[in-house]
Amino acid sequence: MLEIKNLTVEVGGKEILHDLSLSVKAGYTTVLFGPNGSGKSTLLMTIMGFSEYKVKNGSILLNGEDITHMPVNERAKRGIGMMMQRPPNLTGVRLKDLVRIAGKGEVDPAVLAEGLDMTRFLERDVNVGFSGGEIKRSEILQLEAQKPCLLLLDEPESGVDMVSIEKLGLKVHDILQGQSHCAGWREKSGKAALIITHTGQILDYVEGDRGYVMCDGTVACSGNPRELLAEIRKMGYNECIRCKLKRPNVVENL
Amino acid sequence: MVTDEENRAKGALKKAAKFGEDIDLDEYDEGSRELSTSGSFEDLSKDTQRTMLDTGIMPTAQGKSGNFLLMDNTVVHSATMGTGVELMPLSQAMKVHDWLKDYVWKAVQPDTDKYTAETYLEKADGYFIRALPGAKVQLPVQTCLLLKNRNTKQFVHNVLIAEEGSEFEVVTGCATSKGVEKGLHMGISEFFLKKDSKLTFTMIHNWSEFIGVRPRTIVQMDEGAAYINNYVALKPVKTIQMYPTANMNGKNGVCRFSSVAVAHPGSVMDLGSRAILNAPGCRAELISRTITTGGTVIARGQLIGNAPGIKAHLECKGLILNDKGVQIAIPELEARVPDVEMTHEAAVGKIAQDQVEYLMSRGLSEEEAVGMIVRGFLDVGIRGIPEHLKAEIDKTLQETDVRGM
Ligand SMILES: Nc1ncnc2c1ncn2[C@@H]1O[C@H](COP(=O)(O)OP(=O)(O)OP(=O)(O)O)[C@@H](O)[C@H]1O
Ligand SMILES: [Mg+2]
Repeated sequence: MLEIKNLTVEVGGKEILHDLSLSVKAGYTTVLFGPNGSGKSTLLMTIMGFSEYKVKNGSILLNGEDITHMPVNERAKRGIGMMMQRPPNLTGVRLKDLVRIAGKGEVDPAVLAEGLDMTRFLERDVNVGFSGGEIKRSEILQLEAQKPCLLLLDEPESGVDMVSIEKLGLKVHDILQGQSHCAGWREKSGKAALIITHTGQILDYVEGDRGYVMCDGTVACSGNPRELLAEIRKMGYNECIRCKLKRPNVVENL
Repeated sequence: MVTDEENRAKGALKKAAKFGEDIDLDEYDEGSRELSTSGSFEDLSKDTQRTMLDTGIMPTAQGKSGNFLLMDNTVVHSATMGTGVELMPLSQAMKVHDWLKDYVWKAVQPDTDKYTAETYLEKADGYFIRALPGAKVQLPVQTCLLLKNRNTKQFVHNVLIAEEGSEFEVVTGCATSKGVEKGLHMGISEFFLKKDSKLTFTMIHNWSEFIGVRPRTIVQMDEGAAYINNYVALKPVKTIQMYPTANMNGKNGVCRFSSVAVAHPGSVMDLGSRAILNAPGCRAELISRTITTGGTVIARGQLIGNAPGIKAHLECKGLILNDKGVQIAIPELEARVPDVEMTHEAAVGKIAQDQVEYLMSRGLSEEEAVGMIVRGFLDVGIRGIPEHLKAEIDKTLQETDVRGM
């Protein structure tokens, strides 16, 4: 469904992603691992289309359509929805209003908020003064309204307390299992997700189908996400380097 | 007999104001003092009612303590409905209350500039509002100042007195009738807030791209008085310059000025607010949120701390939504004693792209995203506005063209 080919991306004049390729199949939950600063968030921000992330080379295909240079909202229309690691403060914009608009007026913010224990945040300005965990829950609340078909989640569990993590994990599960409304996504092929995680906790709620490990701005290896996680736990990210050596096209970057 | 005051005013007839483009008063005709009057707001023409509505003035006596309408230089309607409050034309009040002479032209000096001088010499009329001692007036007093005829200069002189322990709310809407392609408004307002009184004063400007506006407002505050000033100007204007000032002369006074304004292409808005904290324990907050979609905004603010133990904050934030727009923020802090806490925050710039794209990632178009952020930006400046006005202002905000690009 999502096909990334030889992507090179610059941020602030600095090349961050190098010749990166990966794919997310319809109905698949794909997991992204990698050490701090390896470029995971950069990849998600680029897929969503934020203009600070400049694609220098390569392409992003969604359901066969080239979206590499498409505006953010066009990508949202085609079914991509993202939970950002560090979303901006929107002073003066109430969460309630954003949830309503994200849901195209078809959702009741109060009902959705109830399910995530977010009722008291509805009148607050989006992200302003939100704690780390509150930001995650607010992002999920917005995504639940938005009903995307390709979910990009940047560390959904980080900073979330033990009780909320269960609610949040189940919500992600619900969103992935829920009805698909996006053009180009055939009902039976299902929704897809690309999830960044360090701890793998989110995998208790959504089964990961495929995993990638990123190192130094590119994909180092791929495999079964649980196995990758176990390996990272045991060996740290050293294993990355070794995987990487197996990939001829990145050797020159070392 | 020519008084000294009169002489000073005469001497100031050509005196340019400290700020703002100098307007030639001779270009305008004196507004009529003899327009036909009206028994109630309900009897006014539909057109006039609509113009009033756009400035937050309900064309009804229901739910209001008083209604006042000045058109050009005629008091067209003045009525008090509620108790605890007096409302009448200033000219009439001068006859009723002998003591009023101790207030009139005591806050604003006639020779401040040509606008005050002319208003003084023309013996301008306006509203007189007084909340009686201890009165907690529940319903707002509405006053409306309209420019009705082309090339008119309107001069207004308002006096407002909040007696000791009183609490009330005043809404002033200012507007221009359709088709008036040139005009000038000069408005002198002298407010006196006695001990422990509280006034919430909201002014909505809805002049037009052809109108010059020069209000002159001074608020005198006694001990424990609270003054909340809301100013909203979302529609075009030709040129406006004002710098309302609160003189906080008694202990523990509180004042807050919140202003939101949009400078459309061709508009020059020189907007300030000033608090002079002359007594211990006074607190002041001056907040402005301005936007330019092509016009010029000068957001001034001044805090002067003359007494110990005061606390004051000044905040001017401006958004530039168009290449031709200009934002100038001039915050000033002046402390004359050591034991004060005075801060300011000023920021001007364009709308943050990451915010726009964040909203776009939720499916909003760029235009919708910009609109939402801009409205949010302004909303911060009008959160203190009385509930009954919110809906009308929100509607205007929704309709305001903020694309600028
Ligand atoms: N605007 C920028 N200018 C320069 N460098 C940047 C900029 N934005 C990101 N980077 C750098 O790009 C690299 C990748 O950052 P990114 O946020 O994608 O990492 P990450 O894999 O998500 O890390 P983490 O696990 O800590 O969230 C980092 O070294 C970061 O400092
Ligand atoms: Mg990251």
